[in-house]
Amino acid sequence: MYDVIIIGGACAGLSAGIYTGRRELKTIILSKDVGGQLAITTEVENFPGTLSIKGPELAMKFKEHAEKSGAEIKFAEVTEIQKKGSGYLVKTKDDEFESEVVILAFGLKQRQIGVPGEKELTGKGVAYCATCDGPLFRGKRVAVVGGGNSAFDAVEYLAGLAEKVYMFARRDVYRAEDVLIESVKAKENVEIMDFTEVEEFVGSNKLEKVKLVNNQTQEKSELELDGVFIEIGWESQVGRIKGLSDLVEVSERGFVVVDNEGKTKADGIFAAGDVTDTPFKQAVISAGDGAKAAMSAAVYIARKKGKEIGDVFSDRAKKR
Amino acid sequence: MELNDNNFEAEVLKYEEGPVLVDFHAPWCGPCQMQGPIIDELAGELKDKPVKIGKLNVDESNQTAQKYGVMSIPTLIIFVKGEPKETLSGLQNKDVLKEKLEALMK
Ligand SMILES: Cc1cc2nc3c(=O)[nH]c(=O)nc-3n(C[C@H](O)[C@H](O)[C@H](O)COP(=O)(O)OP(=O)(O)OC[C@H]3O[C@@H](n4cnc5c(N)ncnc54)[C@H](O)[C@@H]3O)c2cc1C
Repeated sequence: MYDVIIIGGACAGLSAGIYTGRRELKTIILSKDVGGQLAITTEVENFPGTLSIKGPELAMKFKEHAEKSGAEIKFAEVTEIQKKGSGYLVKTKDDEFESEVVILAFGLKQRQIGVPGEKELTGKGVAYCATCDGPLFRGKRVAVVGGGNSAFDAVEYLAGLAEKVYMFARRDVYRAEDVLIESVKAKENVEIMDFTEVEEFVGSNKLEKVKLVNNQTQEKSELELDGVFIEIGWESQVGRIKGLSDLVEVSERGFVVVDNEGKTKADGIFAAGDVTDTPFKQAVISAGDGAKAAMSAAVYIARKKGKEIGDVFSDRAKKR
Repeated sequence: MELNDNNFEAEVLKYEEGPVLVDFHAPWCGPCQMQGPIIDELAGELKDKPVKIGKLNVDESNQTAQKYGVMSIPTLIIFVKGEPKETLSGLQNKDVLKEKLEALMK
């Protein structure tokens, strides 16, 4: 039995863990990884106090800080949440955990196209992070799906590694900075295919080819490729945790609705960071939200135990 | 231990005493930097057991990485008597890996 279960171990969750840990609240952070989006960010140049730092390095500092503050971290994917007694039951594939409060900090996930073969071939040629897996495709033929800044970034990066880089864009206008578009267009090994959508990924053990369709002419074609990077943005994953949307209020766009104390509609469930309906998605904002949700959680637990709340509005926990 | 294209056959494929866990990683990969210390800890805990644990840099040893179809990292492969028995991709817990290796030691 824990006081606090935090779902997600990135900016928001680890920051919340620092606060609840220092409060001597028994805390476990359940997360698929450390750092979330930060773990795949090459350089962060706007996190106060760090000037410029690599995403994974910043994430590791968060992790160390949370652990030193007393939070336990376990790698697992949360699949379900239920009300149980006065608290909650949180399930992962192999385990169950119980706590008085839950802090939701599980951020966003990369948007998938949703076509046949995509899921089966993920990690076998279909990828979602050019800077992570790109170097494994050195000298190969690859493509990037998308038409925004992150897609152009990926093309630019891959062009320096791969033999040939195609870009499949849905339209002939792009949502990216002009300089970046021009720089990508000037590369000899890049070919931008407008009005092009992927219909299927084909391959038995690894990606062999993609089936494409031109969304103007409906003309179909196939292309042999070793890798395809999908860069079409990020989306909510609230729906992936069973039972959650019955407990908390979810906005039209799929985000968890919170008040200015990080409280959700459900008693004892708090949320922080990109998973919430905050309009700004940034590392420092998620970290701040995490602190806020943790302090709200501490107040909630103190009140529940009938304690004087006195000092709970500031973080003046005893040094460990 | 450090594995590479040159010692892979002798150290991994020819190892008969038990399972071999290979961490395919690269210096540029964020999650790998988190997996690394977990692997080191695990190797420490299992150092007296009939098991081998090693790391392979996919950048330097890309023949081996390609041979086993490593297309995302970190990827962990457990070999038994020269054959890949189980492939895990993404960050893995120490406990999970320990359990899997212990089961394969019997
Ligand atoms: C390429 C890129 C560059 C960026 N650059 C910057 C920048 O320069 N500056 C800046 O301030 N921000 C930047 N951002 C945004 C910033 O990274 C995010 O706002 C921040 O990481 C959000 O933190 P979070 O904790 O709310 O969620 P996330 O980072 O999305 O992390 C969510 C965590 O929850 C875990 N998780 C998800 N589902 C589950 C589940 N079911 N069970 C258990 N765990 C789960 C994940 O593994 C992850 O650890 C960038 C983002 C990207 C993608």
